[in-house]
Parts: sequence; C-alpha cells; structure tokens
Amino acid sequence: MRRLLTVTLTGLAAAPFAAPAVAAEMNVKVEIPRLNVAEYHKPYVSIWIERADQSPAATLAVWYDVKHKDGEGTKWLKDMRQWWRKAGRDMQMPADGISGATRAAGEHTLTFTDGKAPLGKLPAGDYQLVVEAAREVGGRELLRVPFAWPPKAAASAKAAGAHELGTVTVDLKP
Amino acid sequence: MKTIATKLSVRAAALALAALMPLAAHAHRQWLLPSATVLSGSDPWVTVDAAVSNDLFYFEHFPLRLDNLAVTAPDGAAAKVENAGTGRYRSTFDVHLTQPGTYKVAVVNRGLFASYKDGNGQTKRWRGTAETFAKEVPAGAQDLQVTQADSRVEAFVTAGKPSARVLQTTGVGLELAPVTHPNDLVAGDAASFRLLLDGKPAANVKVAVVPGGIRYRDQLQEIALTTDADGKFSVKWPAPGMYWMEAEVRDDKAAVKEAKTRRASYAATVEVLPQ
Repeated sequence: MRRLLTVTLTGLAAAPFAAPAVAAEMNVKVEIPRLNVAEYHKPYVSIWIERADQSPAATLAVWYDVKHKDGEGTKWLKDMRQWWRKAGRDMQMPADGISGATRAAGEHTLTFTDGKAPLGKLPAGDYQLVVEAAREVGGRELLRVPFAWPPKAAASAKAAGAHELGTVTVDLKP
Repeated sequence: MKTIATKLSVRAAALALAALMPLAAHAHRQWLLPSATVLSGSDPWVTVDAAVSNDLFYFEHFPLRLDNLAVTAPDGAAAKVENAGTGRYRSTFDVHLTQPGTYKVAVVNRGLFASYKDGNGQTKRWRGTAETFAKEVPAGAQDLQVTQADSRVEAFVTAGKPSARVLQTTGVGLELAPVTHPNDLVAGDAASFRLLLDGKPAANVKVAVVPGGIRYRDQLQEIALTTDADGKFSVKWPAPGMYWMEAEVRDDKAAVKEAKTRRASYAATVEVLPQ
C-alpha cells in the first residue's frame, strides 16, 4: 500500500518537469543596403512591435548617433516619424538594452526572448514587427512583418524594402 | 512739361495707394510658419516666419508685425522670443524650446476700422485702436461706420511629447480648442477641432482649410467646412504638408463702445506629416 502511494506521488511530482522549459524566441534580421551615394551616413533605424490595432507594444531597438557631441544625435530621432509618434517621444534616449549606435551596410541579427526585456511578456495575439529607417541627406522607409505570438511552431516571415532597407526577416522559435 | 505733371500725378496716386495698402493687406492671409512643429533632441529651437500674403506660404506682400506676439511655454509661462526682426516681406523670430511639451505661438491684434465721409463728401477710411480713435476720427463724422476687428493667428510646436496646457483658450474672441492635438496630424487621418467665440461653441461658422504650395498648382484645393452645433469641424488630410485653417465671424458684440459691429477672425498653420 505504502509503496503504491510513494510511486504515485513521485509520478505526480515528476510530471511538471516532463515539458521542456525553453522560452519562445524571436530572431530579427535587418539588412541595411549598401548605397552608392556621394555623402553616405549610416541610417537611423528603429524596430518595434505593434498590436493588431497598430498601437505600440514594445520598442526593441533604436540605432542612432549616440556618440554625437553635445548629445545632438537625438535631434534627428523624430525623422523616424512613425516610431517617434508611436513610442519614441514617450521614451528617454539612450535606453538601456534598446538603443545603440548606427550600423553599417550588411545584415544584422537581433535575438529576443519571451519574458526578457525589451520584448517582455507579449500577450497572445497577432502583431507586426515594424522597422523604420531614416538616413541623413537620404530617404526614409518603413517595413512591416506580421506574426502571431506565441509561435506554436517555428515560423518565418519577411518583408523587402526598396531603397533604405533591404530584407527584414522575422524567425520565430517556440 | 507734360512729363513732370504725369510724374507728379503718378507719385500722388502711388502715395494714395500706399496709404490704403495696410487696409488692403488685412484682406490677405495672415500666417505664422514654424521651421518645424515636431521636434526631438536635447536642445530644440524653432524659427518662425510671420507674414501677410496672398499665396501660402510665400512671403510676397507684407510682414506680420510682431508687436502683439506671445509665445506660451508648456508650463503656461511666457516663452522668450529671440532674434526677432521685420523685413520687407516677413517677420522672423526664434524660440528656444527649453521645456518638453507643446508651445503656442500667437499674434493677437485688436483694432478698429472706420469709414466716414469728410467735409467734401469723400469717403475716408481709418484704421487704429480705441485710444487713437478719439484723436484721429473727427467727432460727429458723417456716415460713420466703425468695426472692431480682432484677429488671432496661431501655430503650435512640440518638443518631445505633446502636452495640452497651451491648448486652453482665453474665452475672448474667436479661438481654436483642438480636439486632436495640432502636432499629431498625419496625412490620411482625420483630425477634429472646435471653434469657440468668447468661450462658447461657435456653431455654423465657415472654416477654410488650404494646403500650402499654391504657387505650384492651378487649383486652390481649399477644403470648405462648417462647424456643427458644438462648434466642431473635422478634416481628413488629403496629403502631407503645411495647411492654413481660417474662420471669421461677424456680429454686433463689439467690446469697444465706438464700434457697432465686430469682425473676429482666427487663422492657424498646422503641419501634417506623411504616414
């Protein structure tokens, strides 16, 4: 009798550990195109998540001229006009874990983990990853990649830019 | 001989025309044009042009005088106007946006217009203030018609996050009480505003919304609206750019005893950003 009980209890205790405890992951690849222009400046880029109703959920990254003298780099943040209006103007720059220097032409990968800043805990639902780029004496472009969260299976979606952004890819891992 | 006489008469005509010019200028569009309305950064400044002109937003007629310019900071205090100057076609000034939030830039003019017939039966026009009226307009003038003319010309600029305090109205004259924040305007979206006359909803008032850039197109593309019973009107912005919104009300509520009629006008420049 006693033995049976012990086995059952152990069985119950073991149950929670049966499922793998790995948080969902989002990999964002942003391609900054190589441009052949007389005066080239690395673009200001902001990456954020919007809910289905286009309200901002979280800003994931902001690349801007952090090292500009007198902190003047923030003067041009408003040129990322969608991000500025949705989230930027409510934030303080620099923002730990979010802001960083502008990046050179090429592919840049960022990884975000469910439950960890800056992604945090996203309630289940449909979202869009938005990437906005504004280049000094250049243009501005915005791309949206829709995705569902949390991912039930590995998923990948992308959007292709035309002038200021290359391809933006969102890879989800459950 | 003939040449000299012609020259003199031409000069006399020019002088007469110049005397009338300030009055004619009133019929034109009065506007403020900030260098930007949405600003970020640690030390933002704006430069504002102020002019009276035909076409928007080109300074080609008269500068808007800055005597009654008031810039209100987000906390309600008076903000400093710097580097002010008045040139031939425009006035210009700078504002250092030392506080985060929304600033209101306003030029508020109150004046009197009068017309009367002089001893020779000639119609004379006069423009001034309640103080100069007694001195300059002859007592007991024939066919005297006096109008109180109040005009308010505004623009709004925001450093960082928009704030609402400066959007409060004074309760005097024709004013705009924005429902949509004036520095939150995007092409393709609708924005709504409310007109108040002496603090009360200005119902059934015609509002003209004109996009800038008139010089480079054939049609005015004016959006004609009328305020509802609540003084509200709504605009769906067809394209990004600077827009001029204007309304005028005529009634008999002149505050100055000399005037029988009042003409209260309001104009604002708003910037609509692209999506």
